Amino acid sequence: MSIARHSTSRSLAAHAVLILYTLIALFPVFVIVVNSFKSRRAIFAEPLALPRAETFDLVGYRTVLQQGDFLLYFQNSMIVTLASLFFVLLFGAMAAFALSEYRFRGNSLMGLYLALGIMIPIRLGTVAILQMMVASGLVNTLTALILVYTAQGLPLAVFILSEFMRNVSDDLKNAGRIDGLSEYTIFFRLVLPLVRPAMATVAVFTMIPIWNDLWFPLILAPSEETKTLTLGSQSFIGQFVTDWNAVLAALGLAIVPVLVLYLIFSRQLIRGITAGAVK
Amino acid sequence: MATRKPFRWHVGVFLAPALLVYSAIMILPLIGTLNLSLFNLEQGQRVFVGLRNFATLFGDPRWSDAFWNALGNNAWFFLVHMLVQNPIGILLAALLSSPRLRMAAFYRTAIFIPTILSFVVVGFVWKLILSPIWGIAPGMLDAVGLKSLFAPWLGREGTALTTLALISVWQFVGIPMMLIYAALLSIPDEVIEAAEMDGVTGWSQFWKIKLPLILPSIGIISILTFVGNFNAFDLIYVSQGALAGPNFSTDILGTFLYRTFFGFQLQLGDPHMGATIATAMFGIILMGVCIYLFTIQTRLRRYQF
Repeated sequence: MSIARHSTSRSLAAHAVLILYTLIALFPVFVIVVNSFKSRRAIFAEPLALPRAETFDLVGYRTVLQQGDFLLYFQNSMIVTLASLFFVLLFGAMAAFALSEYRFRGNSLMGLYLALGIMIPIRLGTVAILQMMVASGLVNTLTALILVYTAQGLPLAVFILSEFMRNVSDDLKNAGRIDGLSEYTIFFRLVLPLVRPAMATVAVFTMIPIWNDLWFPLILAPSEETKTLTLGSQSFIGQFVTDWNAVLAALGLAIVPVLVLYLIFSRQLIRGITAGAVK
Repeated sequence: MATRKPFRWHVGVFLAPALLVYSAIMILPLIGTLNLSLFNLEQGQRVFVGLRNFATLFGDPRWSDAFWNALGNNAWFFLVHMLVQNPIGILLAALLSSPRLRMAAFYRTAIFIPTILSFVVVGFVWKLILSPIWGIAPGMLDAVGLKSLFAPWLGREGTALTTLALISVWQFVGIPMMLIYAALLSIPDEVIEAAEMDGVTGWSQFWKIKLPLILPSIGIISILTFVGNFNAFDLIYVSQGALAGPNFSTDILGTFLYRTFFGFQLQLGDPHMGATIATAMFGIILMGVCIYLFTIQTRLRRYQF
């Protein structure tokens, strides 16, 4: 009896702490999204109130869509993220398969070499990367960003995927070999489908930093035609600092797509993170 | 013994694309940057100067003041993360992993949301909330009778850096939470049951049984925090600009590198000194990683279940 009451009060305390922290985590997002739908006067008069019929106003979103080319920025971000993701997954999985499946001289050294990039950030090579992109004429192209992000994402992808590929049953692959399948068919038709959950985990971890990156778009592709959504909203907000409606709407536009994607994939993401440790 | 195995082309084909992109875009530029730090311009000619750039960076007051300031700020930035972010992350994970907790999935999803937002959003959102013009922060403090505590924290030299560090903590607390949560879930039930048989429950169970078992994860989180913090740039750039105001009080190595490499206001960009700073950052990060690999990680006992 007393134990039961004790544990109820403990779980109440746990809920209290978690609810408090959830509020801290969500409050800023809530404030921005709510205020982006209000008129200028309402934003300042009652910043915490929900928009009502008389305070509802889309003027901020209108300004943003007229002044900034957000559709183009969004498209650029999509192209860069999806293309980098495709190459990271394909090349990463291929290298991971080679490292986990075949024994050859220098195998573990190669693994170590590829894992180096997990700890050493690619940004430290920026000076030479920019010189290289200038020399090859790739400055202000999306190709430059895709190349950099592919290199940035590969180390973690190879590391995680080769851990998973070690667990794919040898019998299956050998059965395939006896049936006369080539090594390429074994990789694409047998192994890849089996490591799909791991691929999803890698995809999420690769995607978030690419989508949110400001450093490389700022340095390698700052032109109007190649701005990503992150850089685009940064420079837009910089210009419209005093137009609160526009700033709040731009922030709202930057938050909503990521939020929607996250809510769709959150189950996968959380399972991916926990799977790595549980195994 | 007599017949050598035929060369297996497919191994090369599988490895080549990743190796090529990774070496060309990541490793070679890194080496190129390290190399560039040994050169400088003299009368318009690029000449080899050995370690003189580093002597300038560490010793010449025109550079060293800014460098040591950035390094000190960066160390404080890291310390705040270690003292605030990781303990909060561990606490949240410990609460989330308690058995039969309702709505655990909801809390987990919600607390991780700031982590997926971009620095641009996070920087501006907090700038607006803390702004004395809008008055959300002073208004809320007023509601609990603490209005006198409010100050434009981001605009004052004494508080700006700590405020930014706390904003960054707000953004990234989800990562230690998730990793520790995963580690706590992987502790087998038998261990917990044995502890309960011995009457070790609640917080003493956490301190005596679970915490020692998750120490390796805490080690990994510490080194990830270290690498992330000494490589940080975006949040400061977005909220305080490249000059890392007020009066360079929020300048960290990332913003210092950016300013040096690209120039600002009247100063021209300097790729050689930029490369020198990048090399110094490389050394710092490498040192941290080595300390972790050779002292901390080898001493942590790992338990096999």
